[in-house]
Amino acid sequence: MSNRVTNILVPLISVILGLIVGAIIMLVSGYNPISGYTALWNGIFGDLYTIGETLRQITPYLLAGLAVAFAFRAGLFNIGVEGQLIVGWFAAAYVGLAVELPKIIHLPLAILAAAAAGALWGFVPGLLKAKFQVHEVIVTIMMNYIALHVTNALIKTVSDGGDRTDKIFSSASLRSEFFQNLTEFSRLHYGILLALIMVAVMWIILEKTTLGYELKAVGFNHNASKYAGMNVNKNIILAMVISGAFAGLAGAMEALGTFEYVSSKGGFTGIGFDGIAVALLGMNTPLGVIFGATLFGSLKYGALNMPNAAGIPLEIVEIVIAVIIFFVASGYIIRLLLLRAANKKKEAK
Amino acid sequence: MEYVVEMLNIRKEFGNFVANDNITLQLEKGEIHALLGENGAGKSTLMNVLFGLYQPEGGEIRVRGKKVDITNPNIANDLGIGMVHQHFMLVENFSVTENIILGTEPTKMGVTNKKDAAKKVQALSEQYGLNVDPYAIIEDISVGMQQRVEILKTLYRGAEILIFDEPTASLTPQEIIELIQIMKRLIAEGKSIILITHKLKEIMDVSDRVTVIRKGQGIGTVVTAETNPNELASLMVGRQVEFTTVKGPAFPKDEVLDIKNLVVEDYRGLAKVKNLNLNVRKGEIVGIAGIDGNGQTELLEAITGLRKVKSGTIFINEKDVTGSKPRKVTEAGVGHIPQDRHKHGLVLDFPIGHNIALQTYYKKPISKNGIIDYEKINEKAKQIIADFDVRTQGPQELARSLSGGNQQKAIIGREVDRDPDLLIAALPTRGLDVGAIEFIHSRLIEQRDNGKAVLLISFELDEVMNVSDRIAVIHDGEIVDIVTPESTTEQELGLLMAGHHVRDNKEGVKKEGEDQHVE
Repeated sequence: MSNRVTNILVPLISVILGLIVGAIIMLVSGYNPISGYTALWNGIFGDLYTIGETLRQITPYLLAGLAVAFAFRAGLFNIGVEGQLIVGWFAAAYVGLAVELPKIIHLPLAILAAAAAGALWGFVPGLLKAKFQVHEVIVTIMMNYIALHVTNALIKTVSDGGDRTDKIFSSASLRSEFFQNLTEFSRLHYGILLALIMVAVMWIILEKTTLGYELKAVGFNHNASKYAGMNVNKNIILAMVISGAFAGLAGAMEALGTFEYVSSKGGFTGIGFDGIAVALLGMNTPLGVIFGATLFGSLKYGALNMPNAAGIPLEIVEIVIAVIIFFVASGYIIRLLLLRAANKKKEAK
Repeated sequence: MEYVVEMLNIRKEFGNFVANDNITLQLEKGEIHALLGENGAGKSTLMNVLFGLYQPEGGEIRVRGKKVDITNPNIANDLGIGMVHQHFMLVENFSVTENIILGTEPTKMGVTNKKDAAKKVQALSEQYGLNVDPYAIIEDISVGMQQRVEILKTLYRGAEILIFDEPTASLTPQEIIELIQIMKRLIAEGKSIILITHKLKEIMDVSDRVTVIRKGQGIGTVVTAETNPNELASLMVGRQVEFTTVKGPAFPKDEVLDIKNLVVEDYRGLAKVKNLNLNVRKGEIVGIAGIDGNGQTELLEAITGLRKVKSGTIFINEKDVTGSKPRKVTEAGVGHIPQDRHKHGLVLDFPIGHNIALQTYYKKPISKNGIIDYEKINEKAKQIIADFDVRTQGPQELARSLSGGNQQKAIIGREVDRDPDLLIAALPTRGLDVGAIEFIHSRLIEQRDNGKAVLLISFELDEVMNVSDRIAVIHDGEIVDIVTPESTTEQELGLLMAGHHVRDNKEGVKKEGEDQHVE
């Protein structure tokens, strides 16, 4: 079997298997899988509005995926994307509502604030890793909790004891009349363009710059990098800072595009954690992240339609979605089975 | 004559690449049969075919006269074939017995019965003179002992035919002698052995017959007693090989490296280099002879900026580089072939082309204003690959998939191509075959003849004797003597390395030696 055929066949079979197992789960739970999947399909592609909303949902996944992937390429496991996203969200919203400025200044300022906040949240674990060899997984997990509760407290302060802030000024908003008209007034906003630009930025950093060469070398082999005269510590910190900035931008998407405010949270948004799966599905490459984010964003948003349109409880829906993603991620197993089958055939000849 | 194993006209392909082409190997009962070939000649492939890890595309395998189909290692085990791998497959924090029974744990009413197993291990150990403690934990015992555990593992599973894959690669000289005794004992007890190696000395010492393969082709089988190392080497490489490196006299000029009263500590704060003085001049090769662990690593790391200096000074080209960062040292004119090519020398998951740029990637013409030009990297890589005869599919191939010798040639190409004033070569030929060793030695001498300084660190006496113009003997962190290869013998060096002062008038000899190179 040629490589090209396998490369197309493997994801296809994975998705089909995932759908079949998902259908079985719905069947044994007493629901109709056909109406379930119809609802899922309509929830993603049903009309222009849902397409717009699906794209909107994909946007933060893109940036969260980039954040995780970028750190991975430098050999770092950034589980702190969730926290970096939360502080980015708050920073963008705060800048968006604290002052009113001309849009050309206000919007970039709010976006930069989000990136800076995320970068700061990434800098701390990067510094601790570089200087004291504290494992970044521990630090980033703890930084997630700190981010969650610090922003909750700040939201209370900013909103005089309320649970959510006021709406940001429209001069800081990413909302797009053009996109709204195009998609029957979905919340699709200009952030998707920014996210796609960031995909290109990550690709350029990794593939075209001297910095990218160093980051990848450090990611593969600290010792050889040090021997070659690279500043390993600087690269570790920088990788976490850039990764955190991507995550902060994911927060800006929510603050300036989707919600236009920030509310206190009972728990994590999950976007940062899903970013890990997005990055791994995309094999930590910029283009792969587009694929991973599209899959995640579509399924997550489309699934919201399943309880309403097909009467399937949310718990079952979540299981079905998780199963589909699980099978896509297990593409390796399918590849192996295909290879075995091909070998068997060859031996039979 | 009865053959226990016959591999007849074996052919193994990987895609378009033919790893084994028409190779025949016949193992007699009770013999040690060496399988000789350069790095990457296809020795391991052939043995993996025998062990059931690969399926051959052509040829047949017979065990005790019967044609067999070995489709997985379990079948090989059942046929009494056992393999002692080069990289041991042991669980570090398990005991010897636990490792040996792993996968075939004997049970008594559902509970692992380690006691009986340990007794059996003990009995086997005594029978073959292995001297292994069945209850010892793997991480507590030496590499040589771990290898014996691997041997016991195959014996425990009833192996009659043992394959040893480069068994001496990680052993000390003493352990090698012991291993050879063990192999002879195994033969005396009726086992048959296939020994994979590229070390000619071992083959001459221990084997009965030798099968040679070259670039995947079976060259033939010779009786060890009727051959000599020269013939074997030329069979293996395909041309005449020079064992003693040919080189003219040295014409040393200005000092390049000057080390004064250097003290370097290890991570525990113990001094590993103690008040060391050394200089290396342009146009000479200074060899550092010593037993592993006498401060060579720390000395190198201090010179190259990878380790902190406690006190003393290091000058390169009259510039003080004591405590400088690695890049500063590199840019002061130092090339460094590191001791451990996988740890320091290469980023194994990078293409070999990227690796060749590892010391120059940030400079023009490769990088300009922070933008890197991979086209330029590939151009440079192609040139070095050609100049240094690195056998690879091209700059895009991952460094990991090159053979050890070719990895080393790429590193040497990278370091020599920058034309450094001082080339530091640490164990540059470790694990390489005679052809590659010859090539590397001649490159070092070429650097010297071009008026560069070379500092060679080696644990192999004949390498130090052959290549160096002066030999500095290091013992316990100090240079105990500096001699010339002409005025010393391997015996004398060996004693110096062990910390013995050879003659009573040693002080006098030492002074003379020093006077010679101060002039």
